[in-house]
Amino acid sequence: MIGVGRTDRSAFGDWWWTVDRWLLVVLLLLIAAGAILVMAASPAVADRLGLDSFHFVRRQLIFLVPGLAVVFVTSLLPPILIRRLAVIGLLVTMLMLVATLFFGHDVKGARRWLSLGGLLLQPSEFAKPLLAVVCAWLLAQRAQHENFPSFTIVAMVAAVVIGLVVIQPDVGMAMVIAAVTFTQMFLAGLPLILVAGLALAGASAAVGAYALFPHVASRIDRFLDPSRGDTFQVDTSINAFSHGGLFGTGPGEGVLKTVLPDAHADFIFAVAGEEFGLLPSLGLIVLFAVLLLRGFARLFRESEMFNLLAAAGILSQLGLQAVINMGVNMSLLPAKGMTLPFISYGGSSMLALAFGMGIVLALTRQRAGGYRPPVHRPLAPLARDGASA
Amino acid sequence: MSAATSHTYDRLAGPRERIRIDGIAKQALDTGRVRLIAVAAAFGLCFVVLGARLVDLTLLRAGEPIAVAPAVRVAPLARGDIVDRNGLLLATNLKTASLYAHPRKVLDPHASAAAIARVLPEIDLADLQTKLASDRGFVWIKRNLTPREQDAVNRLGLPGVGFMDEPRRIYPQGRLAAHVLGYTGVDNHGLSGIEKGFDETLMEGAGKPVQLSIDVRVQHALWEELQAAMVLHRAIGAAGVVMDVQSGELLAVVSLPDFDPNQINEATADQLFNRATLGVYEMGSTFKAFTVAAALEYRTADLDRVFDASEPIKVSRYTIKDDHAKNRWLSVPEIFMYSSNIGAAKMALEVGGTRQRDFLRRLGFLSKAPLEVPEVGQPMWPQPWRDINTMTVGFGHGIAVSPVQIAAAFSPLVNGGLMVSPTLRKRNPAVDPPAERVLSSETSEKLRRLMRLVVEKGTGSRGAANGWLVGGKTGTAEKAVNGVYKRNALLSSFVSSFPMTDPRYVVIAILDEPKGIKETHNFATGGWTAAPVTGRVIARIAPVLAVDPVNEKSDEVQRSMTVSARRGRN
Repeated sequence: MIGVGRTDRSAFGDWWWTVDRWLLVVLLLLIAAGAILVMAASPAVADRLGLDSFHFVRRQLIFLVPGLAVVFVTSLLPPILIRRLAVIGLLVTMLMLVATLFFGHDVKGARRWLSLGGLLLQPSEFAKPLLAVVCAWLLAQRAQHENFPSFTIVAMVAAVVIGLVVIQPDVGMAMVIAAVTFTQMFLAGLPLILVAGLALAGASAAVGAYALFPHVASRIDRFLDPSRGDTFQVDTSINAFSHGGLFGTGPGEGVLKTVLPDAHADFIFAVAGEEFGLLPSLGLIVLFAVLLLRGFARLFRESEMFNLLAAAGILSQLGLQAVINMGVNMSLLPAKGMTLPFISYGGSSMLALAFGMGIVLALTRQRAGGYRPPVHRPLAPLARDGASA
Repeated sequence: MSAATSHTYDRLAGPRERIRIDGIAKQALDTGRVRLIAVAAAFGLCFVVLGARLVDLTLLRAGEPIAVAPAVRVAPLARGDIVDRNGLLLATNLKTASLYAHPRKVLDPHASAAAIARVLPEIDLADLQTKLASDRGFVWIKRNLTPREQDAVNRLGLPGVGFMDEPRRIYPQGRLAAHVLGYTGVDNHGLSGIEKGFDETLMEGAGKPVQLSIDVRVQHALWEELQAAMVLHRAIGAAGVVMDVQSGELLAVVSLPDFDPNQINEATADQLFNRATLGVYEMGSTFKAFTVAAALEYRTADLDRVFDASEPIKVSRYTIKDDHAKNRWLSVPEIFMYSSNIGAAKMALEVGGTRQRDFLRRLGFLSKAPLEVPEVGQPMWPQPWRDINTMTVGFGHGIAVSPVQIAAAFSPLVNGGLMVSPTLRKRNPAVDPPAERVLSSETSEKLRRLMRLVVEKGTGSRGAANGWLVGGKTGTAEKAVNGVYKRNALLSSFVSSFPMTDPRYVVIAILDEPKGIKETHNFATGGWTAAPVTGRVIARIAPVLAVDPVNEKSDEVQRSMTVSARRGRN
């Protein structure tokens, strides 16, 4: 496949033989699918906005190279460096989140973007993987120090980040962060009574969001009772799937992307459904499922708590976004602005996801004391060893 | 890092040692692994659900029309029809093709524009060339093409141009009832008349048409007679109303000059103006009917009262005098018959300003008519209402109302005293229309006799229609232009009802600035110009409306129409 021998002990050779190549392949397939779909969906949107047809395509491809580089470089890092990087990174990101409140770009009523040297960055995208790593580190401390108040500290740190994201306002992202942190605490052994309590608190927070934010309330109302308001996007999206059918209309032949405002971002899955039909769309779901379950399977054999929690956190974040986005596209969930990881158009999102998956790849590499590959050794000698002990 | 280092020895150390070193960490890790399975299972379930939904949407529902199709809601194709009281079509939709272009896809803008302009000659070539040469994504070239035009453009085989189905509102009756129906804009929304008044109902679709009270046959008769009179007397405008006095249903509402709603772009502002409902006019002598009604109702006068009309009334700088002056005392029937301003003014003064005003309010003159079209005129009346105003209002000056209001207020005068509100919707004949008693039936009965007298022996004799026992009241008002009444600019009207033994309909004709002709001895008054119109209209519509003819000469009818009025002293 690649001319790297097993005995090659160079940094790359070492990486190649220790990294989870399944995850790597699935990731690259997703990124490729994303490039193709942005190419299919975005020209119609660009035309409507009066931009050059390939405006979004070009911008997305420009982010692709640094994205791949970030995946590769990050996956080379040892866990300890990732941890330190994450602590510093999270502090910087939180400062940037505060800065967006004052200097942020106002887009459609929300201040989520920060202009850095002509580049628009969305700090909250980077906050997600960084927070997951930091929380994992804090939670892993429980295993070493019996009385370390991990859960309290993690809850407080997460609360600050979530608070900063909520006032942007970006309720959807805040919910994802909360859910990811919750999942990590669950994995770290949070007593089940507290799990139930937090789940309840989460439900009441959702009700609170419904009461506090009019746009959240209106979206949920429209989902529960489509006759109450404008369900244009979701209706159009469902139409796209039905229109596509088994084989799809063919690349570029879809029509509903010409009317859907967010065809290249939040509703790109619908474009996939219309133009490529059932099987490629199903393939997309399978890719996400494989990415997640393969990652979890790998973590099941992980013996380092920090690695398990950090990687599981990032994978959950990715999985949640994918499930929510596709759920909204197919009207299983109320409309929520959520990008489809690696597929939707968005530079910040692409870089942050690349960084996150780089971390997952780094943490799931085979290493002494870390990931334990399944052992296929004859049982007899072991048994003899055990008997002698 | 003790745990991490200890792992290095995991497989080398014995079980007991391992438990001792990282017992807690191991336990936590085991919990984590078990819970990891739970999380993975939850995600797995989510993906299975997503996959199932995808199969459901793409395979099971493929091609199935979605319940809420957005395209249909954005541009509803079927606006509801409008029909007359007998179900005759007044407004409907025609599917037409509209021609558009995607300029960026047009290969040769100049040649294409020239080709299109050749088959659609009314298109401005230079304008079209600019449009096609522009960098826009979409331009309209022409809306609502005829099939022949569409075929001609199709034959050009030009790339970058296409057709979009667009409904077009069609009014099969043309200009007949144009003001009632109104018209729609390019977006298919109503802009005036019933189209606007019932826009919401009509936009809901073609399910149930909006049925009007209008009767096309009556509308046509009134329209034709008014049009003829307007031409004959070179009037600048005309208006007419036919109303059912029992139900308030308007069977015909005409305003001239009118317009063709199918070609709304060619209509002038004057043509679009609805004189019958939006225009308010000082009606002049017609109003004396209301003055007499008030006097009879409040019992300040009876039919045998006489008033001194021997000389004009002088109030400060105003002088009230009679047009057909008899210069003697006049009885109430004589005042009505000869249309005496002096008599009416004195009668009104006896009723008193407060009661007069109250009476006119109950007849609906002090508020807008409750009509279903947006074009409803706001009446004007004196403020403050002094004695001089009471007198002028008594003979119809100083108060301006719309012709539809006159029709509505005339109903109680002839129908036994019940005020019904005018409507353009067909009423359910099984349900009694809401009505308010404003007059005693005795007063109404007396007024019917007086009105018959006007047609039989007075100013309205040319309004007669043999066999239909018409009664009515003429009106000739000098139009106030810039606050000055002009002698030669008249508003001539005739308000009539038939048959006077049991009135069924009110018929109003109004001519705006008619000119006298030889046949009318140069008179342009209501009796000479408007009364013949209503007479002819009644003769045409009474048989259509299945009104039984009356033998006007029979003793019974003669008796019921007798007015016991003695002649006033000299």
